[in-house]
Amino acid sequence: MPTKLHPALIGFTVLVFIFLVGPLIIVVGAAVSDTSYLTFPPHGLSLRWFENIFAIDAFRRTILTSLQVAVLATFVALLIGIPASYALNRYRIQLPGWLSTLFVLPVLVPELVLGFSLLKNVAYQFNAPIFLSLVVGHTILILPYVIRVISASLASFDFSVEEAAISLGSPPLKTFFTILLPNVRSGVIAAFILAFITSINDVSISIFLTGPGLSTLPIQLLAHMEQFFDPTVASVSVLLMVLTVAVMAIVERTLGLTFLAK
Amino acid sequence: MTKPLSIRNITAHYGRTLVLEDLSLEVAEGELVSLLGASGCGKTTTLRLVAGFLQPTSGAITLGGRDLTRLPAHQRDIGLVFQNYALFPHLSVADNVGFGLKQRNVTGDARTKRVNAMLERVGLDHLADRLPAALSGGQKQRVALARALVIEPPLLMFDEPLSNLDAKLRVDMRVEIRQLQRANGTTSVYVTHDQEEAFSISDRVAIMHAGRIMQLDTPENLYQRPANAFVARFVGFENLIPMKVVARDGALVTAEAAGGVRLSFGLEQFGEIPDDFVLACRADGLTVTDNLAVEGIPATLGLRTYLGRAYQYQCDTAAGALVANGPLSRVLQPGSAAKLVPVPEQCTILKPE
Repeated sequence: MPTKLHPALIGFTVLVFIFLVGPLIIVVGAAVSDTSYLTFPPHGLSLRWFENIFAIDAFRRTILTSLQVAVLATFVALLIGIPASYALNRYRIQLPGWLSTLFVLPVLVPELVLGFSLLKNVAYQFNAPIFLSLVVGHTILILPYVIRVISASLASFDFSVEEAAISLGSPPLKTFFTILLPNVRSGVIAAFILAFITSINDVSISIFLTGPGLSTLPIQLLAHMEQFFDPTVASVSVLLMVLTVAVMAIVERTLGLTFLAK
Repeated sequence: MTKPLSIRNITAHYGRTLVLEDLSLEVAEGELVSLLGASGCGKTTTLRLVAGFLQPTSGAITLGGRDLTRLPAHQRDIGLVFQNYALFPHLSVADNVGFGLKQRNVTGDARTKRVNAMLERVGLDHLADRLPAALSGGQKQRVALARALVIEPPLLMFDEPLSNLDAKLRVDMRVEIRQLQRANGTTSVYVTHDQEEAFSISDRVAIMHAGRIMQLDTPENLYQRPANAFVARFVGFENLIPMKVVARDGALVTAEAAGGVRLSFGLEQFGEIPDDFVLACRADGLTVTDNLAVEGIPATLGLRTYLGRAYQYQCDTAAGALVANGPLSRVLQPGSAAKLVPVPEQCTILKPE
C-alpha cells in the first residue's frame, strides 16, 4: 500500500517548485514576447529578440570572449586544483590543518574586493592585457570551488589503492593517471561544471577587468540594459541557460554524469 | 622464484620520533614469518619499509642478495595484501588481477590465461567480470590475494589481511592463505595483532614492542618458553614471581620470593638458575591444594571460576596476587587457606626485567 502524502506537504512542494522554476519561466516567456519592452505573460510569439542578439556585434563578440575565458580559466584551475587537492588529501596527516582552509579563503573575500585588487595589482601593475587579466581573475575566482569539490571526492578515496598499484609495478606518476584520476572522475566533472558556470556568469570581477574593446557577456548585458529595456536581455539570459545545459550535456555524454548518483 | 629476505640493523623515524630501533630480521626462502604486536609497536612500519613506502634512517634491506634499501617501491617486485583489500574500484576482478601482469608487459592470451588460472585457484573464476563493489569481504580479500600472487613475487607481504572479516571467515581464510603460501613456497611476511592468527599460520613469529623484536621463535617455543617477561605476559603467563636464590645444594636450589615464601628447584628440570630470576607460569602452572603440609606458596583463595577442565582461583599471597588452577574433584571455598604448588613442566625461569 503506497504511503499517503499529507496534502500540506504536496502544497509546500509545489510552492518550492514554483519559487525555483517560476523566474525561469518568466524569463523564457519575456524572451519570446513580440513586444519591444519586457513583459510577462508574452504578447504574441516571436524569436526576433534572439535574432537581435546576433545582429548586435557587441553580443556576438562578448559571447565568444566569455566562452574563451571560461574554458581557459576552468582548464587552468583544474590544472592547479587537481594536484593541489591531491597533495592536501594524500598528505593530510603530515600537513598543518590550516593549509586546506587557506586554499578556500578567496571564497570569503567579497568578489568586488577581489575584482578591484586584481585591477590594481594585476591589470595596472603589470599592464596586463584585458584577456589575460580576465583569465587570471576567473581562475582565482573558481579555484577554491575546484579544490573543494575535488577534495570532497578524494576524501573517500583509499590511498592504499594507490600503494597497491605501485607495489604491482606501476610508477607513481602513471598510477596517478591510471588509478587515481579514474576514481575521482566524478569530482573532476562536478568541479568542471561548477567552475565553468561560475566563470561564465561572473559579473563582479569581470566588471573591473573588462575594458575598451573586450568585454564578457554578462557585462555587455549590463551595458545593454542601461540603454534599452527590450526583451534582448531576456533572450540573452535564455541563451546563457541553454549554454549551461549544453555544457552539462556534453560533459555527461563524454565523461558520464555519475557524480549525480553518488 | 622465491628468495630469502634480510633486514639488517634498520632504524627508522617518523619526523623526530624513533619508531624502529636497530631491527634485524632474516626470513628464509619459503618461510612465513609473522610480526606480532599491539598497534604502534612498529610492525606495519617494518612492512612499509620493506615495501618501499618508507625510507629507513639507517640499515639495509636485501631480497635474495638484491639491495632494496634505496630502490623505488614500484621496482621492488613484492606482492602486497592490504587490510582494506585496496582493490581498484573502477576495474573488474579480472583486470584487478591482471594489473601487475600488464605492468610487466604480459599481454593478450598469456595474460588472460594466467589471470583465469589464478582466479580458479582462489575459486572466483565465475566472478571475473564483476566490479569490486559487488563482492563480499571474503571475495575481495581473495581477489587481493590473487592479484598479489599472480605476479609470482619473490616475497609476499600481508598487512592485517583478515581484520575486516568476521570471525568464522577469518579462520577459513587464514588456512587458505597458508595453503596457497605453502603450495607456492613464497617467502612471506605477515603482520597481525592477533596472536592466535599469527601462531596458527607462521613458521616463526616475531613479537614486537616499542620498535624492537622482543623474541623471534617458533610458535611452540614462544608459547611454552618465552624468553623474557614481556613475551611471557604477551602469551598469557599470568604469574610472574620475582625470586632470589638463598641456598644451592648440589642439584637443588632454594629461592625466596617476597614475603619470605621459599621454594626449591631442581637443576635437571629448570637448567641453569641465576641468583636473581623470575618464576613464570600460566594458571595451569600452579596447582591449588588444601593440603597445607606440602611445599608451596601459602595463599588465601579468592574468586573461583569454572573452566570446564579445572577450577580457577584468584589467589592472594605474600608474593602478590596470583592465578592458579585446582582439580574439579575438589571444590575449595573462597576465603579458605591453600597452597599453590608449581608444576615444573609448566613453569619457566626468566631473567629479571
